[in-house]
Amino acid sequence: MAGTKNHDYHILPPDIWPLIGSLSALVFTSGMVLYMHEMANWQVVVGLGIAGLIATFFSWFGNIVKEAQAGDHTPVVQLHMRYGMILFIASEVMFFVGWFWSWFDFALFPSEISEVVGGQFPPVAIEAVMNPFDLPLLNTLILLCSGTTVTWAHHSLIHGDREGLKKGLWLTILLGVLFSCIQAYEYMHAPFAFGGNTYSSAFYMATGFHGFHVLVGTIFLIVCLVRTYKGHFTPRQHFGFEAAAWYWHFVDVVWLFLFVTVYIWGSWGAPVH
Amino acid sequence: MATTAEGFQAHTEDAHHDADHKPGFFARWFMSTNHKDIGTLYLIFAIVAGILGGAISGIMRAELAEPGIQVLGYWVDLMGGEANFDANLHMWNVLITAHGLIMVFFMVMPAMIGGFGNWFVPLMIGAPDMAFPRMNNISFWLTVAGFCSLLFSAFVPGTAAGYGAGTGWTVYAPLATYGHDGPAVDFAIFSLHLAGAGSILGATNFITTIFNMRAPGMTLHKMPLFVWSVLVTAFLLLLALPVLAAAITMLLTDRNFGTTFFDPSGGGDPLLYQHLFWFFGHPEVYIMILPGFGMVSQIIATFSRKPVFGYLGMAYAMVAIGVVGFVVWAHHMYTVGLDVNTKMYFTAATMVIAVPTGVKIFSWIATMWGGSLEFKSPMVWALGFIFLFTVGGVTGVYLANGGIDDVVHDTYFVVAHFHYVLSMGAVFSLFAGFYYWFPKMSGRMHSELLAHIHFWIFFIGVNVIFFPQHFLGLNGMPRRYPDFTEAYAYWNHISSAGYAIMAASMLVFFANIAYAFIAGRRAPANYWGEGATTLEWTLSSPPPYHQFETLPVIEEHHDYHDHRPATA
Repeated sequence: MAGTKNHDYHILPPDIWPLIGSLSALVFTSGMVLYMHEMANWQVVVGLGIAGLIATFFSWFGNIVKEAQAGDHTPVVQLHMRYGMILFIASEVMFFVGWFWSWFDFALFPSEISEVVGGQFPPVAIEAVMNPFDLPLLNTLILLCSGTTVTWAHHSLIHGDREGLKKGLWLTILLGVLFSCIQAYEYMHAPFAFGGNTYSSAFYMATGFHGFHVLVGTIFLIVCLVRTYKGHFTPRQHFGFEAAAWYWHFVDVVWLFLFVTVYIWGSWGAPVH
Repeated sequence: MATTAEGFQAHTEDAHHDADHKPGFFARWFMSTNHKDIGTLYLIFAIVAGILGGAISGIMRAELAEPGIQVLGYWVDLMGGEANFDANLHMWNVLITAHGLIMVFFMVMPAMIGGFGNWFVPLMIGAPDMAFPRMNNISFWLTVAGFCSLLFSAFVPGTAAGYGAGTGWTVYAPLATYGHDGPAVDFAIFSLHLAGAGSILGATNFITTIFNMRAPGMTLHKMPLFVWSVLVTAFLLLLALPVLAAAITMLLTDRNFGTTFFDPSGGGDPLLYQHLFWFFGHPEVYIMILPGFGMVSQIIATFSRKPVFGYLGMAYAMVAIGVVGFVVWAHHMYTVGLDVNTKMYFTAATMVIAVPTGVKIFSWIATMWGGSLEFKSPMVWALGFIFLFTVGGVTGVYLANGGIDDVVHDTYFVVAHFHYVLSMGAVFSLFAGFYYWFPKMSGRMHSELLAHIHFWIFFIGVNVIFFPQHFLGLNGMPRRYPDFTEAYAYWNHISSAGYAIMAASMLVFFANIAYAFIAGRRAPANYWGEGATTLEWTLSSPPPYHQFETLPVIEEHHDYHDHRPATA
């Protein structure tokens, strides 16, 4: 038994992707600075950074999937991943706390001295807001519905119904894409532009970051669908799927808070577009 | 399978060849998935950043040695600018900003959590490595990427007056928005994004490791206090840093994309930035000191040959400090025009923190009471920590009071206060931990004599630097200015002289490391003797490349303070 490990933890060989990923992140942020200051060749630098980041995510998560298929993910390693995902989502929640904080600050204490705000919220510069019970309500129903379809997929998986799993995932992904499309349509037809006052700053940044998370969650679910077609996941071991589902529910809950506080409460009293 | 210390060590001896099989140079140091190697990388990085941050404070103390502008013009010239009044003052702002950011994000945090946390959390809980070894590595490299971004910022325009970000480490709007047109502040903001992402991933890793990878029998209430301290710290990082990320993202969009989060003309509020920043910033100061608390607890117990007094109280005091630390942030903002009731709340809440902190100070003293004290180098640093941290803590209770803070806010009294808790509290605990564990990490004993000389010169140096700053602050000298009236000349001169003393002591420190590697004798497994009872002392010095391939078992009858596997 000398020299062999007598535990179930996952000891990994050296790996280049953390270094490449960090360098790519630095290249990306530096390229963004070039872009924001309209300097030459920013496209090249940003492109390189994004390419490096995509390559890192692709290879890194690909390696995790390979290790899972190779049986490296013992019960304790799966438990690590559960903790890791929960904690990651907890940090994401705190990220959104920052955006909601600014929203509540602006809505509860509208500036008296700013001409574009004029002591009211939504500010005087906002001639009209979106009708929350129009497309935003539809989007709420779409996301809630996608929460049920992802649960359908999960239960199908647990009961060995692969076809149900595929159908549930397909539906969830389509609903997610539909949400993003409606959100994009809404942005393009919004009665107020980005920035310039507190409402259109906090509105676009909060809903925009949520939209970005929807895209990430959709990609996560697409990866799960591809893995399903490849025959991955068993009724007993499918944490990759569960993590995607957790993330999707988190995105869903953030939307509910956005819908209630940003679209309904924060926009109350303003003329509707 | 139950194992014993002897049995376990026998395995590692047998397994020596396999367990010590190390990858080649590039794979080992640039692609590492080994918690000890990553810990070493973090410590080397922190020392490099500390030299840079310390050198910058040398420039600052040289400038402040006398009234008038002395050396700033030289540094403006050196950086390729043209020395004039504005350029000199901008250079000053860049220096204080760089000093603060480097010391907080790239010296104290990487050393404490990345360095000692990585090295000793797995060893102390009897784990073979961290839960996510690859993620551990990206945490480190993101910290390096963040540091690079901060360095970039020094070489691009900040304001019309010169290069670099002169915003202070707090990056307050509006100075950081329309006060700095150039790309320097954007690089500084991205520096915090990158380093913050690394810290969040690291926090996730530590929490998972501590919850899931404790050796059989090591319940949470048997866990060494250093591990407790890292656990609480990791939660603070996890929950506080994302709020900073949101705040600095708002800065970024205000600067570049036309949002008005902090721009009053669009209804925004610079105070909102301060709230968001300090909601992160106050937990951050506990992030910087809690691991130090943990190390001091281990060291005081070791060199008193006694278990820590009130182990559970010590553990939960840290939890209490962490929890209450989230609801006291506005004591950094007493002079912004807060409502008097708000100030009363934040005063009361802040002073509540003195209670668990007092529990810790008195428990360390009670640990020593009746102990068999040995004044080895880690112990003298830990004692220095207790004394100096208490001085900083007492001025902290002053400053907690909104009414008093109205008078001394943004004066050198505040500078003195936070340097007593950081550059004496946190840094003394870092040196204590360094001398405690350096032979364990390197396999070579340092010189106790040099370590004591280092301690005394450093102790005198930092006190000469910072104690007079209390007087300067009470006399009204404001922070963040490179010049002052004749009335402040005397104590500033003393303070700058103290810097020279402190700097000299660092030569002794580096000489000691050199001595250890050149002539230090080989360190045995447990070079501190009976008092050192945690699991890292059951392993060779340095430990095998992969330790605990058979997990140690913590026996039931052992007290929570004694984590050594049973020897019988």
